[in-house]
Amino acid sequence: MAEPILSVRNLTKRFGGLTAVNRVSWDVYPGEVVALLGDNGAGKSTLIKCVSGVHQPDEGEILFGGERIRLTRPIEALSKGIETIYQDLALAQNLDVPSNIFLGRELKLRYLGGLVRMLDEKKMMREAEQALSSLHIHFPNLAQPIESLSGGQRQAVAIARAVYWDARLMIMDEPTNNLGVPEQHKVLELIRRLRDQGVPVILITHTLPDVFAVADRLMVMHRGRKVTEKKTADTSTEELVQYMVGARDDMLVEQS
Amino acid sequence: MTHSDSKPIQHQGGADTKTAAQRFVLTLSRLWAWAFLALLIIFFVISVSVTSGGTVNFLTLRNSQNILVAITPVLLLGLGQTFVIIAAGIDLSVGWVMSLASVLSALAIRAAFNAGAPLFLSVIAGFCAAVGGAAVVGLFNGVIIAKLKVPAFIVTLGSGFIVRGVSLLMSENTTVIGLPPGLRDYGNNALLYYLHGEGGGFFFLFRPELTGEALRRLDPIFMWPVVVTALVVAVMIFTLRKTQFGRHTYAIGGNMEAARRTGIPVDRHIIMLYVLSASTAGIAGVLSTLRFNAGSAVIGDALLLQSIAAVIIGGVSLFGGAGTVIGTVIGALIIAVLTTGLVMLNVAAFWQFIVVGAVVIIAVLIDQSRDLIIGRGKSG
Repeated sequence: MAEPILSVRNLTKRFGGLTAVNRVSWDVYPGEVVALLGDNGAGKSTLIKCVSGVHQPDEGEILFGGERIRLTRPIEALSKGIETIYQDLALAQNLDVPSNIFLGRELKLRYLGGLVRMLDEKKMMREAEQALSSLHIHFPNLAQPIESLSGGQRQAVAIARAVYWDARLMIMDEPTNNLGVPEQHKVLELIRRLRDQGVPVILITHTLPDVFAVADRLMVMHRGRKVTEKKTADTSTEELVQYMVGARDDMLVEQS
Repeated sequence: MTHSDSKPIQHQGGADTKTAAQRFVLTLSRLWAWAFLALLIIFFVISVSVTSGGTVNFLTLRNSQNILVAITPVLLLGLGQTFVIIAAGIDLSVGWVMSLASVLSALAIRAAFNAGAPLFLSVIAGFCAAVGGAAVVGLFNGVIIAKLKVPAFIVTLGSGFIVRGVSLLMSENTTVIGLPPGLRDYGNNALLYYLHGEGGGFFFLFRPELTGEALRRLDPIFMWPVVVTALVVAVMIFTLRKTQFGRHTYAIGGNMEAARRTGIPVDRHIIMLYVLSASTAGIAGVLSTLRFNAGSAVIGDALLLQSIAAVIIGGVSLFGGAGTVIGTVIGALIIAVLTTGLVMLNVAAFWQFIVVGAVVIIAVLIDQSRDLIIGRGKSG
């Protein structure tokens, strides 16, 4: 396999006396969908927040594209191409689709030597249409507030935004939660399409059927530790549940 | 396989699934403020004419100009407030900040003129003192709200009291007078004049030399405070609709967390919003000094709630994320037309409060019915 795009080495994060992430090492490669599994409190969110710049690890290091990175704020992760799509999607419900895709990075026209800067609405609309259609997403009307879109459509807007801004790694937190079944299928289809375009995806989830539907590999955490890392094809739902509840632990076996 | 995102999802209440009746209510709720204003004017034109036996006309040039001059302070306070409320904040200090600006500008004009500066430069000094002093208050509000995370309601209420105290101290609890002669012209001259009757016609930028009875036939059109306010309105419309600043204001009101995560400098933006709000109040303060030829530490005290009423009647959501500048203009006009009209109908002044209060509540009800139809959550 090629060089990993993301490499986490011996990462530890403590909150007071609690060790939320305990010496986790993990690689993610270009062009794969990797599922990150674990029960509530297993440490998967904390691990991801270290990668996306929300938390700073106490020990260990993170390499991105072969380079050691130290993130102090989420915006630094964004600027390196690490896009995290949280469950609440970080969309402004009162704004339309182009406004959301360009939120915080609006395109502007400059007049009078840059003295007057006006939003370039036309260009943003055009680019938004292109970004969506490159993912085979089609809305009847992009100029309506996001709040009138369905959950799956909003998810698609969040994904299109990340793709437009050249995501080099996409982290998705429970993307199929709160969606109807047809919408879940569409989101999974989008994840496959991202992989086909070469964008690696980390999928944080509880939903095992999603894992078997789209993930190439998976990693399971339990109480802050990595307990296994496998190809999806080499495991089963029953086995994964055992890892998630702590009944199985490959790392202990390796050590002993 | 075919990808079917293009199909509207029926059960999710997408925009394409509304019935004709819902669409009708939506359109109505968007335009109701305009319609209400038009109805009010028609109502007063007819009722004023009928009750006076045809001798008094509501819609005269003079009356319309009086209404425009009357709304300038309320509107200026409401303009900054529009931005603040769209970003889900509130600024309760604006009325008092206007009073402070009135005192500051009067003191600055008097000091500059007495120091030998020409009148025009003295007025400029007054503007700078008023807007600068107001902006300092806004900066104070913004920093405490954005950086120390104290609720805007409390910060601006507290700073409002402080500002009131400072204004009274600076003015020594009296009206600041002794301003240069001729200052009054800046607040009361107009862009255009119209002389009725004999030798009548339009006069652009200059006032014909008239005395006695002829003066009553002269109507100023677009007095300078109105012109200044109109310019501010134009700049605000542009800023809110066409610039990144405006877009970020909506985004912060719609979802502050999302705005933060996408890299919008939310804290800095909130500080700028309160500076903007205080600054428009500062302009209102200096305009009142020019108009009345005196600085008053209480001139804006009663205007805070009127300005908020104008903003709300104009359709700005107190939950943040929605509203327009032109809506606030319409809201201010509705209040002014109502109060002027009721006065002309010889209705006791107490009724003005009752009617304005009812209109505010009706406006919010209409706004909420719209939210119900498009399925917007309370969190907005």
